[in-house]
Amino acid sequence: MSVLKTLNGNQTIAEAVRQVDPDVVAAYPITPSTAIVETIAKFKADGLISGEFVCPESEHSAMSVCIGAASAGGRVMTATASQGLALMWEMLYIAAGLRLPIVAGIANRALSAPINIHGDHSDTMGARDTGWIQIYSENCQEAYDNFIQAFRIAEHLDVRTPVLVGLDGFIISHSMEVVQVEDDNLVKEFIGEYQAVYPLLDTSRKFTVGPIDFTDYYFEHKRNQMEGIENAPGVIQQVGKEFGEKFGRFYGFFEEYRMEDAETCIVVMSSAAGTCKDAIDEMRSEGKKIGLLKPRIFRPFPDKQIAEALKGMKAVAVLDRCACPGAFGAPLFTEIRNALYDYEQRPKVVNYVFGLGGRDIMVEHFKEVAEKLDKIAKTGKVEEVYGYLNLRE
Amino acid sequence: MKKETWKELTIGTINLDAGNSVKNLTGTWRSGHKPEFIEEHCIQCFFCWLYCPHFAILVEDEEVKGINYDYCTGCGICAEECPSKEKAIVMVKEEAKLAGGGTE
Repeated sequence: MSVLKTLNGNQTIAEAVRQVDPDVVAAYPITPSTAIVETIAKFKADGLISGEFVCPESEHSAMSVCIGAASAGGRVMTATASQGLALMWEMLYIAAGLRLPIVAGIANRALSAPINIHGDHSDTMGARDTGWIQIYSENCQEAYDNFIQAFRIAEHLDVRTPVLVGLDGFIISHSMEVVQVEDDNLVKEFIGEYQAVYPLLDTSRKFTVGPIDFTDYYFEHKRNQMEGIENAPGVIQQVGKEFGEKFGRFYGFFEEYRMEDAETCIVVMSSAAGTCKDAIDEMRSEGKKIGLLKPRIFRPFPDKQIAEALKGMKAVAVLDRCACPGAFGAPLFTEIRNALYDYEQRPKVVNYVFGLGGRDIMVEHFKEVAEKLDKIAKTGKVEEVYGYLNLRE
Repeated sequence: MKKETWKELTIGTINLDAGNSVKNLTGTWRSGHKPEFIEEHCIQCFFCWLYCPHFAILVEDEEVKGINYDYCTGCGICAEECPSKEKAIVMVKEEAKLAGGGTE
């Protein structure tokens, strides 16, 4: 039976795991994702899940166990954050290169130094080129819904690529919300039976997993790998639609909020989008024609769809919860400005870095951005392409 | 040997021709030294067989009989590890081979 439960983000991920009941969960606890692992361990102890729960000595080992278990033919998941994801780094590439449909819940957290346990996107943005599909969640409900869909996307035979689901550390991972937890059987039905491709436990066939390639094959194998993530957009859309038909909440590449006649737009992902909606409502009631675009899928980047949604704007501000030292703008900004480049008519696009190490972003900060966008829209001139929000200057 | 295009390769770098490393003749790029087997000095301890990184020690009827030069890279480990008072494997100079010979 579908029920409303009061859960925090970590618990929603654990609930989804209980319902999916993967063959193997291998995870090492790290703030702010610890409660995901802890709750799964409790489910295992209470006999609520039948899969193996492995607690290795590090995140590097956790991802290694996931790779081994997935190669063996199991449905596999893990959870981590920040330094834990960073420690998984070399194994993330291997999971993607071997096309193993592992699903990971990431409670987004800042990277050291200085050490900080709070939420920003430095960890998953650091993993953006590992070959994993990346989905970001605005709230606990989305984290739950995204995590369930992640299995379908990862395991689709045209995709077979690992998926990570981001939920902002503390802001989502530790905040209690009322979440619609769907019926166990309906979730199982939605996920379906797992079909392993070339499982090592199938001893009837002779094959090698993960052999060495030299200069004559590596390039072709990497191109072959990209086909999986390039096939993902259609699957993501289909899964989002089917999820909506079954559970009433529809998902796409991004959410457009009050964009119908907007002249300026703020682009921001994850929990900050919730605050931004309040800011948009207030500004709309004052007559400002402003909207929000909240990307949900960051990899593969839905470049055409986002460009189409933004091309008619006069000015756009892209807000990144991640700095990209030495680069011309932070990750989301560079993708979006790049996507708009081929359009004859395109908006001015500026970039603001915000919320590093969990620094708050409030309605007033979005209003500050909106004022700058107004000025750009009126004059057609950009004074600063790259700036910071709520930073002591 | 015709090499596959990226579209022809199996998903996830899976190699359906398991064990095909036997086609990779590592002896084609030997170092410029090769081991020579001196049977009368051999005490049949199998140290060379154990240490050889390329399985290039020839064994017949449970006895070391020589070197398989198709795979021997001339690394010299067998000669170094041979514990026989008078070495049963010694390295001798030969013309160095070019790398990349492979199976083509």
